[in-house]
Amino acid sequence: MWKLLLKIFQTGILTEKRGRPLSQTHPPGFGKSLAIRHVDAGSCNGCELELWALENPYYALSSGGVKFVASPRHADLLLVTGPVTRAMKEALLRTRDAVPGPRRVLAVGDCACNGGIFRDSYAVHGGVDAVIPVDHHLPGCPPSPDELLEAIHHAFGSSPPSSA
Amino acid sequence: MDNRNPRQSLPGLCLIPREDGIPRALFPQETPETYLAQARILESAGGRFLGLWGAGDPEPRICTAFLLREGLFVLVLPLPKETPSPTFPSLSGFIPAANRFERTVRDLFGFRPEGLEDTRPWVGHDLWAVPPLSLPPGSPVPENPGAGSSDYPFVRVTGPGVHEIPVGPVHAGIIEPGHFRFQVVGEKVLRLEELLGYTHKGVDGLFRNRDIAWGARLAARISGDSTVATSMAYAQAIEQALDFSPAAGVRALRALLLERERIANHLGDLGAIGNDAGLGFALSQFGRLKENLLRKNRQHFGARYLFDQVTPGGVRTSLDDEAISDLLEENGILLEEILALHKIYDDHGGLQDRFQNTGVLLPEVAHRLGLGGVVGRASAQAWDLRADHGGDPYRRFPPALALAHTGDVAARVLVRFLEIQESLSFSRALLEHLPEHSIAESIPDNSGPAEGLGIVEGFRGEVLAWVRLAPHGVIEAAHIQDPSALLWPALEIAVPGNLVADFPLINKSFNLSYSGNDL
Repeated sequence: MWKLLLKIFQTGILTEKRGRPLSQTHPPGFGKSLAIRHVDAGSCNGCELELWALENPYYALSSGGVKFVASPRHADLLLVTGPVTRAMKEALLRTRDAVPGPRRVLAVGDCACNGGIFRDSYAVHGGVDAVIPVDHHLPGCPPSPDELLEAIHHAFGSSPPSSA
Repeated sequence: MDNRNPRQSLPGLCLIPREDGIPRALFPQETPETYLAQARILESAGGRFLGLWGAGDPEPRICTAFLLREGLFVLVLPLPKETPSPTFPSLSGFIPAANRFERTVRDLFGFRPEGLEDTRPWVGHDLWAVPPLSLPPGSPVPENPGAGSSDYPFVRVTGPGVHEIPVGPVHAGIIEPGHFRFQVVGEKVLRLEELLGYTHKGVDGLFRNRDIAWGARLAARISGDSTVATSMAYAQAIEQALDFSPAAGVRALRALLLERERIANHLGDLGAIGNDAGLGFALSQFGRLKENLLRKNRQHFGARYLFDQVTPGGVRTSLDDEAISDLLEENGILLEEILALHKIYDDHGGLQDRFQNTGVLLPEVAHRLGLGGVVGRASAQAWDLRADHGGDPYRRFPPALALAHTGDVAARVLVRFLEIQESLSFSRALLEHLPEHSIAESIPDNSGPAEGLGIVEGFRGEVLAWVRLAPHGVIEAAHIQDPSALLWPALEIAVPGNLVADFPLINKSFNLSYSGNDL
């Protein structure tokens, strides 16, 4: 056990200071924290790797008051990746409907923005827009954690939420 | 084709060694009977079934891949052109793993597997009125008006106290979509059945009529976490089709990229497995090490996840002396960190309590399923393309095979720890002896049709690629196979008997790709 504690002590705090803390923006309806429900609508899992990276000590997303939640009913923001496959359309619609208002929708990655490299396939709808209204788009294949943080800040703090 | 017979047990099948990797060849079969007979021979000669896929017009066919110690054998069964929905003999009777592959071919091409009793759809989910790949490229595919009206007939367990837990396709976390159906009594799982296909993006259809460079971008996006492996398998297939051999420097850089992908993924998995067993420390520590590695990737290769780094004919980035010494320094630091964390994992009673005897996949079951990769090696299946016959540069610095025998979560953790260490020492050898290199050469043109195969030991296991080119570098058909498709059925066997609450831990210790399975 002492080895584990020593390792924690030696590692120290790695979290990088960036931008203003999320809680200063106080957008109407979201209080001081933001809960995100992620839906993978058929991505290649590249975007998921960078979403995972947000939880590592360098980015420490949760220290800014942002957390990924397990239930759409607890969420403020629906974060969607992937080109929306035919098989995922129904699941995406149902998840969106379960998110209470005021809510926002953030499309992450080239595929979620416009279908990306898969856009001409019979099996995809070609972007989240084609199925549900989207408030914010973040292109990238995959977008970097810094870009993700900025997009989440933006979705959190600006423009009015989509109608519930 | 050379018809000399190296083994009495493999009549008419012979492989020629290749400088750039595993010996591999396609073997056209004249009739369904010879196809079936050859498949039986390959299987009984110890061949591991690696996948089965179809191709439509203008040369409809079924391809079936077997990996033997000698190399990769792909049987090709041409199908009649004019017959709608032609039949082919099912292999599921003696190769259970063929089931989902044959159902996929039926869903997508409409070819009917004769003798397959399972009539349920697989990746197609009955979404289309006609098999989408039976139509010419680019034509609209009519939807099935009855889609979604009937439930998928899962096999159910009945009896007092048995209940069912449906999970997915949307899971509680940052995970890909898929559906799991548990039959449970009390806390114990009696049966698990998967329904995948939610991420089916029509990859095989997208390859048709594209050029080689576009195909390379698609190949890099089969499963994001294996982008180097799929790109490399695709590049090998193109290079074999065009009879081109990349320079030694390119081969060494590709091998290095593949090891960086393996290390990054193993680090991520080790952290996530520890976290699922309740040790948040693991997620932070391994998350830190993985992030450090990704940042070095961006610094020296221009991309965190190495997308599009391997191209047919070459690689995108070369390394100067400064980069090499920086990567060597990173290598030493990472090795020290890994040894320290391995000790902490081993000494942690709570962690070992969750790991040991959880999610056991017995060696004999893994053998029967023909498994390889991390999951196979954790169940005593000694297959690793790099150690077995990787060609250059693996022959120069042969990596040792990591093996464990208990088949539980602890074994899969151990194999990952050992592989990171082996991977680091192999990478060090590559960096210290990097040949003079040009990073890319232009690949030759083809005046007639050409066909090629590629196979690579990705971080999960063998990644396979097949391409068929029409003249002048137009892709007529292509298929890339992630090992996940073979490993998903093994998860269904490892989970029953465990607690429902241990499923996330067992699942994480497999860490299979949905996208790579569904294509």
